[in-house]
Amino acid sequence: MKILVAVKRVVDHNVRIRVRPDGSGVETSGVRMSMNPFCKHAVEAAVQLAEAGAADEIVIVSIGPKPANDVILTALAMGAHRGILVETDQPLETLAIAKLLARVVAEEQPDLVLLGKQAVDDDSNHVGQMLAALTDRPQATFASEIKLDGTALEVTREVDSGRETIGLPLPAIVTADLRLNTPRNAALPMVMKARSKPLAIRPATEFGVDLTPRLAVEKVSPPPERAAGATVNSVTELAAIIAADVNEMEAI
Amino acid sequence: MSVLLLAELDDGTLSAATARTVAAAAQLGPVDLLVPGPRAAADQATAIAGVAKVIHAKQALLADGLANLLAGLAEGYTIIAASASTTGKDVMPRLAARLDIQPVTDIVAIEGANRFVRPIYAGNALETVTDPQQKHVLTFRASAFRPAASDNAAPVETLDTDIASAARFIAAHRTQSDIPDLATAQIVVGGGVSVGSAEGFKLVEALGKTLGAAIGATRAAVDAGYAPNDWQVGQTGKIIAPDLYIAVGISGALQHLAGIQGARKIIAINTDPEAPLVKIADVALIGDLFEILPQLTAELEKSGVRR
Ligand SMILES: Cc1cc2nc3c(=O)[nH]c(=O)nc-3n(C[C@H](O)[C@H](O)[C@H](O)COP(=O)(O)OP(=O)(O)OC[C@H]3O[C@@H](n4cnc5c(N)ncnc54)[C@H](O)[C@@H]3O)c2cc1C
Repeated sequence: MKILVAVKRVVDHNVRIRVRPDGSGVETSGVRMSMNPFCKHAVEAAVQLAEAGAADEIVIVSIGPKPANDVILTALAMGAHRGILVETDQPLETLAIAKLLARVVAEEQPDLVLLGKQAVDDDSNHVGQMLAALTDRPQATFASEIKLDGTALEVTREVDSGRETIGLPLPAIVTADLRLNTPRNAALPMVMKARSKPLAIRPATEFGVDLTPRLAVEKVSPPPERAAGATVNSVTELAAIIAADVNEMEAI
Repeated sequence: MSVLLLAELDDGTLSAATARTVAAAAQLGPVDLLVPGPRAAADQATAIAGVAKVIHAKQALLADGLANLLAGLAEGYTIIAASASTTGKDVMPRLAARLDIQPVTDIVAIEGANRFVRPIYAGNALETVTDPQQKHVLTFRASAFRPAASDNAAPVETLDTDIASAARFIAAHRTQSDIPDLATAQIVVGGGVSVGSAEGFKLVEALGKTLGAAIGATRAAVDAGYAPNDWQVGQTGKIIAPDLYIAVGISGALQHLAGIQGARKIIAINTDPEAPLVKIADVALIGDLFEILPQLTAELEKSGVRR
């Protein structure tokens, strides 16, 4: 089986972001960047399938500026075999991303495409589902368990009511949730080895996809701030406050 | 502008979120509400104010089937919308790509016919976007909107569909409980990993029971197995907007805060006065949850605040 994993370079999830005072967006220059955490779970899932003998090739694709090579290298160090950077300096909407990925899928013909369920920058949670539509493949989003049984998958998904298990034939698209696995930290020799693995760089314009944004972002603003309130000194005081709040609520 | 809205169902019954997404969608035009599931749920939906017509589809479908069903109906509408639930998130991007539309999702405010506000970066920034496309695919965060009234008597139209799905439903593993729905609850008590065990988490649940509250948890508490995954609140869990949120032994990581920004009042119980959650709480009690919780629950029981 061949697996394609799509990964995104984002502002590191530990960074406290700052909205630019002119409302033009979030400050990303001089900010620590890393692989989107959900994408790491997707890569780990692919590597585990390969280690179990179920996959023989893992291809990593990332769409973004040249430094996105770094997240591809991270995935190669985790155990993937080769990488493709679809290079663009333009920020792209999720539909354009999905269309570019659909072209890569058409070229690579993977049996399984793994992606993170969402990216922690725009929090969209779109691309896997869009890619599934564009390639006319079944999808299993928010996966917390993936079982391969011949040419079919059994995926357990985290949903609002708990979990659910669905079955889908390959080829298919699966998006990873955080409890799918624990991503490994690549050991230094693997990091060194990653540098010698094939990594193709291809301009996004080469794929014949219209990348023009559909939406106009008018402004980006900080959320209203919450200020610290009062500290109480006893449980009795706290109980009185809660009781008063709850009684007031009932009056509504 | 007419709206086709996908109703939110839970185990075959209409969810509380539906009346809220109807209220949001009704700001944009008359709403036809698609209810894929039992007839009783469709009948229940006829009462929601703002619904012009209920469209009942007997089949409960997975994402590919639902996207096909919606695509088949899309022609008559300028807006196709859903709740930003796990169902809406699963289906709507798939539908949007099918229709060659860039969707606008997780909308928390409607500022005009095609102008919407959505949080990005775990709610640490708010993006205002204009959508000039001819057709729109949208999802609304139910917690950001007040529910529509239930004084309507909309007609029901039944669809005879037979839609195939490549994916196959195998089993649901539901968290059975009689506590209120987290996403729409008026009071939520949340517990962190510092409860130390599933037993420890029971202290949080006991306080919640006394208050008639829904129960939330941090990712760390869920990962540790103290609470089920559908109790997770935050960037990757549920978004809540209760009148009162009581956070017990929760540090307040930005991914957790992402889920509670809509809370009207926040109370923190924590040993650490410097915890980020304490810094944004309206009221804080600094101390050990194992001492505080049993006493707090007992005092509230005594004062008779039962809801
Ligand atoms: C991509 C990504 C997505 C994430 N999504 C989410 C999400 O959706 N929701 C979420 O919650 N997290 C999420 N997280 C995890 C998040 O970053 C934090 O790790 C998590 O919220 C911490 O949980 P906690 O507050 O229970 O634990 P900790 O951060 O360990 O905090 C424990 C707190 O308990 C206090 N404490 C300890 N003992 C006691 C005691 N005896 N009495 C009272 N207080 C005590 C401590 O002072 C501390 O403040 C995500 C992380 C990533 C990377």
